Amino acid sequence: MSDDATGSATAERGLAGHEQAVASFEEDRRSRLRQVQHFLHEYPTAIPFIVLIVGVAIFSVIVGGRFFALFNLSLVLQQVTIIAVLGIAQTLVILTAGIDLSVGAIMVLSSIVMGRLAVVWGWPPEIAFVAGLATGLLCGLINGVLVALIKLPPFIVTLGTWSVYGSMVIYVSHSETIRAQDIEATAPLLQWLGHTIRLGGGAVLTYGAIAMILIAVVVWYVLNRTAFGRHVYATGDDPEAARLAGINTARTLIAVYTLAGLICAVASWVLIGRIGAASPLGNQTANLDAITAVVIGGTSLFGGRGSLLGTLFGALIVGVFRNGLALAGFESLWQEFTVGILIILAVTIDQWIRKISA
Amino acid sequence: MGKLKFVKAMAVGLAVWGMSAGASHAADIVGLITKTEGNPFFVKMREGAQAKAKELGLELRTFAGKFDGDNDSQVAAIENLISAGAKGFAIVPSDSAAIVPTIKKARDAGLLVIDLDTPTEPMDAVDVTFATDNRKAGMLIGEWAKGTLGDKAKDAKIAFLDLATNQPTVDYLRDQGFMQGFGIDVKDPNRYGDEDDPRICGHEMTGGAEDGGRTAMETLLQKCPDVNVMYTINEPAAAGGYQALKAAGKDDGSVLIVSIDGGCPGVKNVQAGIIGATSQQYPLKMAAMAMEAIEKYVKTGEKPKPTEGQEFTDTGATLVTDKPVEGVPSITSEEGLKLCWG
Repeated sequence: MSDDATGSATAERGLAGHEQAVASFEEDRRSRLRQVQHFLHEYPTAIPFIVLIVGVAIFSVIVGGRFFALFNLSLVLQQVTIIAVLGIAQTLVILTAGIDLSVGAIMVLSSIVMGRLAVVWGWPPEIAFVAGLATGLLCGLINGVLVALIKLPPFIVTLGTWSVYGSMVIYVSHSETIRAQDIEATAPLLQWLGHTIRLGGGAVLTYGAIAMILIAVVVWYVLNRTAFGRHVYATGDDPEAARLAGINTARTLIAVYTLAGLICAVASWVLIGRIGAASPLGNQTANLDAITAVVIGGTSLFGGRGSLLGTLFGALIVGVFRNGLALAGFESLWQEFTVGILIILAVTIDQWIRKISA
Repeated sequence: MGKLKFVKAMAVGLAVWGMSAGASHAADIVGLITKTEGNPFFVKMREGAQAKAKELGLELRTFAGKFDGDNDSQVAAIENLISAGAKGFAIVPSDSAAIVPTIKKARDAGLLVIDLDTPTEPMDAVDVTFATDNRKAGMLIGEWAKGTLGDKAKDAKIAFLDLATNQPTVDYLRDQGFMQGFGIDVKDPNRYGDEDDPRICGHEMTGGAEDGGRTAMETLLQKCPDVNVMYTINEPAAAGGYQALKAAGKDDGSVLIVSIDGGCPGVKNVQAGIIGATSQQYPLKMAAMAMEAIEKYVKTGEKPKPTEGQEFTDTGATLVTDKPVEGVPSITSEEGLKLCWG
């Protein structure tokens, strides 16, 4: 041993003052990279959180006080609330390695059912509201049954139901908008989530935003503190292993899609609160926006990994960049451009984490 | 047994098909292709065409794209009409330029092609265009806003709630028409965003719907809290923008709202004092005129001609407001409600 030490010391004499520093730097860097990877693997929401903070910082510098004001930041929160709620539904589905392209259509359909029953048909607002929720639940259940029992790929199922529910929107609404003033007069309940609370410093919180946070808390609890939640993650990670472990994966899937449908119906309530009206127009890309929020939030499209908090950050990131770029005077095409870059970056990072940890 | 049932069903199906095919020989087939079924404007257009076709004894086939900009569905619809032996059709192109080669195929096959609402690029790709003069519709509300503000027009702060980033024809025609009516130097009259008038707060996109309208107006209010004129591409966008004003406590009439379309919910909003003025257009009339033109062509071989001095046949736009301004002709919301659609 002492011989070895002497030997290596002799050998290293020739290296003295040469490349040692570089070698150790390489080693150090690689382990630091691995540290980062481990950190991200353990805390998947760290990246969206950092991006959000950086985004806010950048626009605070570029735009100044008009952006970094409590009122404006709370405005961004209002603007992303609908997509965030749909994102929560989408996160549930994507955690099972699925995808739901019909979330936006379910939301619009539910809002039309609520508005039309209450205003045109003159039903009591409470019953119209419950019928709207039931509509969303039913749409989700149909998705779930087709995915879990008929065993069709979720992409195909929801691509189909997106069209079907979208057609139902036109059929039920007769392509007519129920005006905000008519809803206000006959069914104010439907606009309830549009009410606001004024906090100090100019911040304005809508009931809708509070509802979004409550939904997130409930779903977070279900995902992280209940057996069902574990089943959702397990089914997404490896359905075969989950089945062998005694999990009824079909039932888990049906429950997930149904729950997602119900959350979309709640999103329709938030929607009516925000725009006042029940309109068949608009929200054409809500499904893709929800997927965007989930992906930027760091949830893996391959299932089994990701978090709800990440999705909320993802929705906020999109909102902050859109609002910030608009206030900085950029044309709207650059808003789309930036969101596209964010998506690609987010998935690149996801792939990278998967590769190193494999 | 299952097989036998299937054969029977097939036989019945064939018989029914044969009968309906036989019946269709009596009537000339005509077509109507719109952008989407989701927009009441196009639904009214279809209803107008259906009523007129029935009256004239034409067999109408209707088609619509899946979304605004869906060119493929419209191409398929034209192909179907050609192979069905239609005499002619009216189309609202989703993609003004991309649809042109397919329209040429139809005209080569002897069909009369009428463009509705949104002109094709180039405009002479079709036999005739029946449309609202969207620039004139914009000018009407621009002149009205200028007249209403009076001396204050020179210090106005205007929020523009436009349609889409790619500035489709109808989008820039209305926007630039408003500016011309209001007295803003538009620079390139076929593109918005290149102006340098300090009265312009900014342009945000709405997608022509409530949700987009609200977000767009929130952003513009952040940019210019002193906005006092809100131009909107259509009435759903105006309704959304109004919600943003309401949330900001600016629904007290301090912001003048102008719009274009003349749909029933929009005219009701004029009546309620939410929208100051809107330019009303007439989709039912457009579609009915198209059906008449095709019938005339089938009977006499005569093709319709555009309005004097225009490249297209103007189906008219009327200003609807309850606060008329001198020098700008208008009708009241009550009269507008009788003519509204959707």
